[in-house]
Parts: sequence; C-alpha cells; structure tokens
Amino acid sequence: MAQERIFGTGSRREEETDAPDPATPPTSGAAQARHDTQGTDDLLAEIDGVLETNAEAFVKGFVQKGGQ
Amino acid sequence: MDRRIYGIETEFGLTHSAPQGRALSADDAARRLFAPVLAWGRASNVFLPNGGRLYLDVGSHPEYATAEAATLHDVVAQDAAGERIVDDLRAQLQRTLDEEGVGGTVHLFKNNVDSAGNSFGSHENYMISRRTEFARLVQHLLPFLVTRQILVGAGRVHPTGQPPFGALTPGDGSPSYSFSQRADHIWEGSSSATTRSRPMINTRDEPHADAQHYRRLHVITGDSSMSQTTTALKIGTTDLLLRMIEAGQILPDRTLADPATALRVVSHDLTGTAALELANGERRSALELQHEYLDAVTRFVARHGAHHDRVDRVLDLWERGLRAVAEQDASLVDRELDWAIKKKLLDSYAASHDMDYSHPRMVQLDLAYHDTSATHGLFHMLERRGAVESFVSPEDVSRALVEAPGTRASLRGRFVAAAHDAGVNHTVDWVHLKLNGEHQQRTIMCKDPFATTQQDVEDVIRDITRGDV
Repeated sequence: MAQERIFGTGSRREEETDAPDPATPPTSGAAQARHDTQGTDDLLAEIDGVLETNAEAFVKGFVQKGGQ
Repeated sequence: MDRRIYGIETEFGLTHSAPQGRALSADDAARRLFAPVLAWGRASNVFLPNGGRLYLDVGSHPEYATAEAATLHDVVAQDAAGERIVDDLRAQLQRTLDEEGVGGTVHLFKNNVDSAGNSFGSHENYMISRRTEFARLVQHLLPFLVTRQILVGAGRVHPTGQPPFGALTPGDGSPSYSFSQRADHIWEGSSSATTRSRPMINTRDEPHADAQHYRRLHVITGDSSMSQTTTALKIGTTDLLLRMIEAGQILPDRTLADPATALRVVSHDLTGTAALELANGERRSALELQHEYLDAVTRFVARHGAHHDRVDRVLDLWERGLRAVAEQDASLVDRELDWAIKKKLLDSYAASHDMDYSHPRMVQLDLAYHDTSATHGLFHMLERRGAVESFVSPEDVSRALVEAPGTRASLRGRFVAAAHDAGVNHTVDWVHLKLNGEHQQRTIMCKDPFATTQQDVEDVIRDITRGDV
C-alpha cells in the first residue's frame, strides 16, 4: 500500500511496512471451516493487539463539535 | 439523465488519545493536522491536483470533497483516495507528535457520530436535470432515502438501547444495533439548513454548472461508508432512481406521514418489517418500499437498457441486500455492506469474549471499524485479510490520489498542479480558475462539468508552464 504523498516530503507510511500480506482465499469444505476458525482467531488476536486497553476512556475521549 | 456528475463530501472525526499524557483538544489536533496543507497551499481550504477539495469544516472536522466524477467507478475511487489523503495527514501528525515526545495516538474516523452524540456528515451530490420538477423528485426520493439504510447504513452499537426521539444521549433500554449512524440525528425531510435543523435533502440551489439546464441535488442523510461496495450501492441505487424519475416514470405516491420518525424506526428495526405510516393512511414496511423501488427500477432498466456497465452489479447487490434482511441472513452481504460486515465482526468478538453490546468494548470496536489507519482500523484489517469485497482496484485508488476523473475536474487539477509547481498565486473554486500572476490576472469559467478540454484553460496552463505569467 504505497502512499503517493501530496503534502510534505516524508517517506511512505512506516506503520504499513510490516503489515502482513492479504490472506489467501480459503478453498472449501472442512479445510475452509478450519481456515475460517483459524482466521477468526487470528483476527480477534490482532484486534486485541491494537485496541487501547481502557475502552470506556477511549470512547469518552472522542468528542467533537457537531458538523453538518 | 444517462450521464450525471457525482460527488461525495466526507467530514471526518478526529481524536488524540494519550492515556499516559495530556491529549490534544479536537481543535488543536485539527489545526496541527492541517499544518502540511497550510504549508502546501497557504490556506486550510485547498483544491488538489486530483481535482478534489480539502478543508477544515465547522467544528474542526477535516473534510474532503471528491472531484466531480462521471462514473460510479470514479466516484468510488475518488472517495477512497480522499480517505487516504486525510489519513496520510494523520500519519504525518502522528510522526510529528512522536518526535516531539508528546506521544499518544491520533485517530481519524470516517464515521458520523462522536461519543457525546454530535453528528457530522457524509453528503452526496447528484447533478440533476433542471427540467424535472423538484417537488416531484423529492416526493419520490424521500421514502427511498428513509428506507435505503437497511442496505447502505454503516451500522451502530447502542449499549443502552435506542435513544428517545430528540435526545442526543443513549436510551435506557436493552443493548441493540441499528442499521444507521446518522438516522437519530436527522430532523426533517427537506430544507435549506444543514446544522441547526438537519434535513435529508438540502434544497440550497448551487448547481456549480449551467443553471439553465442543471441543478445539484444535495443529499445529507447518508452514513459515511468504509466499504467500497457499500459506497457503490449507495450512489448507484440513488442514481438509478433519479434516472427513472427524470424520465417521467409514473410511480405510486409513497409520501411518508412523518419522515424523521420513520427514519429512526427503520434504523432500529433489523427485521425491516416495522410498519411505516404513509400520508395517505396506508402502511408499508422498509422492505416492502425497497422492493417496490427495486422492481420499478429493474423494469425500467429492462425497457430502456443499462446506462453503464455496473448496473447489473448494483441490481444484484440491491436484491441480495434486501434478501439478507428479509431472510435474516446477513451472510448474504457480510463482505459487501458495512452494517453486515461490522455486525459479523462485533458478534464474533462478543462470542469469543463472552460479552454483549452493553460492553464498552463494543462501542470501541464500532468506532475502530471506522478508523482510517491501515494498522488500527478494523475495516482495513478485514480488507487486508481479503475478508471484504472491493469495487475498484488498489491501483485505481492510487491513481485517484493524484489524477482527476475525466470531467471538468481534470482541467482544475492540471491548472492547480501547474500553478503550484510554478509557485504562481491562484484561486480556485468548483467553477472558476483564477490566476493572480505578476503580469497577468485572468479568471476562467468552466461551466460544463463534463468538459475535459477547454481552449482558454490550455492557454493559461501553457503560459504558467512557460513562466509567462
């Protein structure tokens, strides 16, 4: 996911360089079921890895004036 | 009309979270987010080489307006590019704060509500024919807009149930999920207001084109979409309906007795079957109304032909989206429609962590779905894993970052790029290109939004490039 930069002259987004490649599409039947379960577990672990621990404080911190 | 200009304006949410330190206020974060824009264009309201517009809106919301697009493909690509451009500013601000030792994390959200119940919008623009009677168009469009949320809503968690009408704070019922983010924040059918009393259709008549032939329809009731296929369905179905209304197709009058109440009822009824009262005393559910529109459009397309090459895909997803609600089987669309993609994710998280929608984590996940970061955003996490469908290729999005669509926007984009590269003072809006050169002051009007060439624009770009201004 290279980013064409319009403002500033920095390099591409550092945080993206270690992003894993897209998972290959699952095949079928039992293999798919196993793959899905595995995929879901991976996904949920990845989510837990990036979310801030204090959910309530995080959500409450997001307050803005109304827009249009 | 078979050819139409489309555009999407997106207001983003912004927050700086610093659990261990002092977080920037929303105003400060927005100001600092736009520092590179200010340095680039000497203003916090700029038109870009891709023809789009970037600015700070009411309430410190970064806002991106896509360039005029003439195809469904282009409007989806431009919208995705806009998200990437604003997210790139977020990433730059993050690096700056890290270098300064401020720490914390900057989050940018492509959603429509904050935690205090403030709402910000996603506005759709459609060029329509001046010949079509506006009141008739609005009459048929409103019931469609009220009920289309069951397809193109972005989904929202309500930890304490549905908020009472008019309240900005959550309800006191059992935890629930709604189709729409925005539905609880719209107050009337159509008017010229946008902030105090939010309508579904804004009637402000600024065509940005030849006012004799065109007018601009400004729809402000939609949710921002993360999913490209949801964006395509939102714009694609509305365009099809407009095409049919403009062609003079006779449609039954489905005027709703109370559109604002109906909007909330539809949003909070995941079965799609709640009865809505019509002005003539009859009752119809959201599913029934949407099926009527789908059937009418399908017959219209069969008679008059498809006006672009994605019509079949739009009709297929429209039909499947309704079936998913009717059969209560979200798996029919859980790779394509935001409300279903998000719900699947939330439900599997809730199941594995043994929690329900009342848990603060669920609201956090709801927000995180809309996080534009490639690493922190849950939608983008799914995208990377191949768990959602796309409508345009990654290359199309990359191109849309720097290239305008094949419309008037390409004239503007080339003018802006040339003037910027040459360091020439210029002023631009949707219709005008103004050169404030040392020797030359010129204003060029681009009245035809479909025109990709115009002699006086070519002339001025040539002069700028030669250093002749």
